[in-house]
Amino acid sequence: MKLMYFAWVRERIGKAEEVIEPPATVSTVGDLIAWLSSRGEEYAHAFETPKVIRAAIDHTHVQPGTAIAGAREIAFFPPMTGG
Amino acid sequence: MTDNVSIRIQTADFDVNSEIASLTASRTDIGAVVTFSGICRGGGSDATTALTLEHYPGMAEAEIGRHAAEAMTRWPLTGVTVIHRTGRILPGENIMVVLTASAHRQAAFQAAEFLMDYLKAHAPFWKREETAGGSDWVAAKTDDDDAAARWDK
Repeated sequence: MKLMYFAWVRERIGKAEEVIEPPATVSTVGDLIAWLSSRGEEYAHAFETPKVIRAAIDHTHVQPGTAIAGAREIAFFPPMTGG
Repeated sequence: MTDNVSIRIQTADFDVNSEIASLTASRTDIGAVVTFSGICRGGGSDATTALTLEHYPGMAEAEIGRHAAEAMTRWPLTGVTVIHRTGRILPGENIMVVLTASAHRQAAFQAAEFLMDYLKAHAPFWKREETAGGSDWVAAKTDDDDAAARWDK
């Protein structure tokens, strides 16, 4: 699946997007955040406060408990500040 | 009626009067157009020298589109225009505009406020603010979430 990062999440991880294949035990958005955090300091830094991280699956906002099965694109970003 | 919804995300500036004219062109059933203009604020305690707007292409349009469609079902609107700029914006320049048109003012006022509250809380845009001391991401306000939540049925 494709992951996309925005704003300071993107800056901390050091990339805007990547393609990953998480293990089968990673079944929810929250699991994915925990798994990514274990991949390196830059991810741990980006996700150090999981409750402020917002996520979207295929362009729709989702919650940490949402299943990731079948997702094509998952995005992680900080709370939004448009308008 | 949903064919009279226009959502644009662009780096270029826009002209509010031209947008109002396109929304009302060749119609005589519109009695009210409400405009909300978001403008880059400089000086004061913020001392902002510029803002740089980042967005999530595809989702930003989809998210605003969902809320515009909901506004069209909740109020008797004849049209909605939402334009949001991205890239670097200087104090005094336009950031975005929401236009709502209706036969009467109440629907236009309420729908514009609804769209702005949802856009602030849910549309994937992020502001990076430049000041004399450097630049940093603007922190979200919890007030914005509260403002959006009051429209939940």
